Amino acid sequence: MTDGLSPEDNFMRKIEAGEKIEPKDWMPEAYRKNLIRQISQHAHSEVIGMQPEGNWITRAPSLRRKAVLLSKVQDEGGHGLYLYSATETLGISREELISALQDGSAKYASIFNYPSQTWADVGAIGWLVDGAAIVNQVSLQRTSYGPYARAMIRICKEESFHQRQGYEIMLVLAQGSPEQHAMAQDALNRFYWPSLMMFGPHDAESAHSARSMQWKIKRETNDDLRQKFVDQTAQQIEVLGLEHPDKDLRWNEARGHYDFGALDWDEFYNVINGNGYANRQRIEHHVQAHEEGAWVRAAMQAYRDKQRVRQQTTTQVAA
Amino acid sequence: MDNREAHVADSQAETLRAATVSYAVRLGDDALVLGHRLSEWCSRGPFLEEDLALQNVALDYLGRARMYYSYAAELEGQGRTEDDFAYRRDARQFSNLLIHELPRGDFAFTMVRQLLVDVFNTLWLEQMQRSADQTLAGVAAKGIKETRYHLRRSHEWALRLGDGTPESQQRMQQAVADLWGYTHEMFEMDTLEQSLVAAGIAVDPRPLRAPWLQQVTSILTQATLSVPQDGWAVRGGRSGYHTENLGHLLMELQSVHRAYPGVSW
Repeated sequence: MTDGLSPEDNFMRKIEAGEKIEPKDWMPEAYRKNLIRQISQHAHSEVIGMQPEGNWITRAPSLRRKAVLLSKVQDEGGHGLYLYSATETLGISREELISALQDGSAKYASIFNYPSQTWADVGAIGWLVDGAAIVNQVSLQRTSYGPYARAMIRICKEESFHQRQGYEIMLVLAQGSPEQHAMAQDALNRFYWPSLMMFGPHDAESAHSARSMQWKIKRETNDDLRQKFVDQTAQQIEVLGLEHPDKDLRWNEARGHYDFGALDWDEFYNVINGNGYANRQRIEHHVQAHEEGAWVRAAMQAYRDKQRVRQQTTTQVAA
Repeated sequence: MDNREAHVADSQAETLRAATVSYAVRLGDDALVLGHRLSEWCSRGPFLEEDLALQNVALDYLGRARMYYSYAAELEGQGRTEDDFAYRRDARQFSNLLIHELPRGDFAFTMVRQLLVDVFNTLWLEQMQRSADQTLAGVAAKGIKETRYHLRRSHEWALRLGDGTPESQQRMQQAVADLWGYTHEMFEMDTLEQSLVAAGIAVDPRPLRAPWLQQVTSILTQATLSVPQDGWAVRGGRSGYHTENLGHLLMELQSVHRAYPGVSW
């Protein structure tokens, strides 16, 4: 079948036929780099995302909520692990990925630069942030790189559970005391717009979009995914009985979608560029944990080395 | 049985039931407080896999706390819930063993504490599975499986860190020294436990000290660490006499719940 095709042509043939690209397959260097950027950014987002939610584990207001949150944050870390593994299949090590996160050359989702200030934020993050992530990840289940697509299938299942849990937190608060209701509204107001920005800039301004679409790394455009999320969220807000933060939201019968207000992209770039409430804190926290763990990792290595020498000695003596 | 005998039997059953409630609450306190300390490691582990493993252990303890508190609430029958025990009591009403409330410290401190507690728990849960109280026996049967896994982890960590680098060995030895005085309390019994041991409900922890010391000594020695002298002992957790750490822990744990009394979450 593939006889006579150049590696480049064979690669494009597979992409066009909807076949998966696997780690050992030939791929253009730019495809590999693009994937490393995207998957590692996704992995870093899962790991950095543990911080704003982890911030509430010790204060969760009921034991049931505490258990659910703890296991949710653990799932996020687990997603980080599968995604680091998927990235490693592209020929880059975990150490390199972590340094890139810590020196700022790799990014993570800017939503995590917003602080989690109240218990309701845990609900809003689960519902809106995981909700937006799912819309994106469902489409990535069909991404062209095999290990990434398979990681997405696994991750999507857990994320939908998280989203339901987050929504349930919001529902209880919205229907609770006036103070709880206000807490839910405030969290919605703060997290709604940043969640819409999670889909990235408009297609026209998105640096990596066109080629990623061509290579089927991305399967749907930023704006299409954002629209899906706006549509599904509008009804959920109504059920909660909260006020929608977007005063320009209108159902458009002809389009079959909601029209929505303009996003404040200045604010988006402002946060990305380091002026968010938690940018420095998130990275410093990660660096600090990593540095505090250095002696542990060194000890593990030293112990492994000693064990190896002991085994060799035993083998020699036996021989 | 005449009325008077029936009355005495009722009152004995009532005393036993109340003692079982208190016993379940103190076991819940142990699990909640240690689970809290472990959960503080979230996003702070030495590497991601270990971060997740620590959260796993924290979840096991939290699950245990919930089972004990729910059982206490049910047995007490006064409409309290697991959350009332966790969130609506002050430090002096908590009856956890002190070793559980000490701050998480460095990774060596956390792992040595786990080792000392895990060895104790395997011995204790092993016997507790045969408690005359079916619910407590059931919690122990579930717990022993988790604890065997916890001990496998803390044992392996003790070896790696004890027999790792000079720094890791020094940190481990320091942790053993700092924790040792809090271990004695695990093997003591007050009148409440005495009455429950007599009824076959609780485990007498005193005979567990010898096998505990033997196992801990064997692991520490294998890890090139020395076993401290029994020179000092701090006690008081079971009677609500705590270190200063517990108040801060509870202040954090209970803050949201207490700020909005009487609502659902």
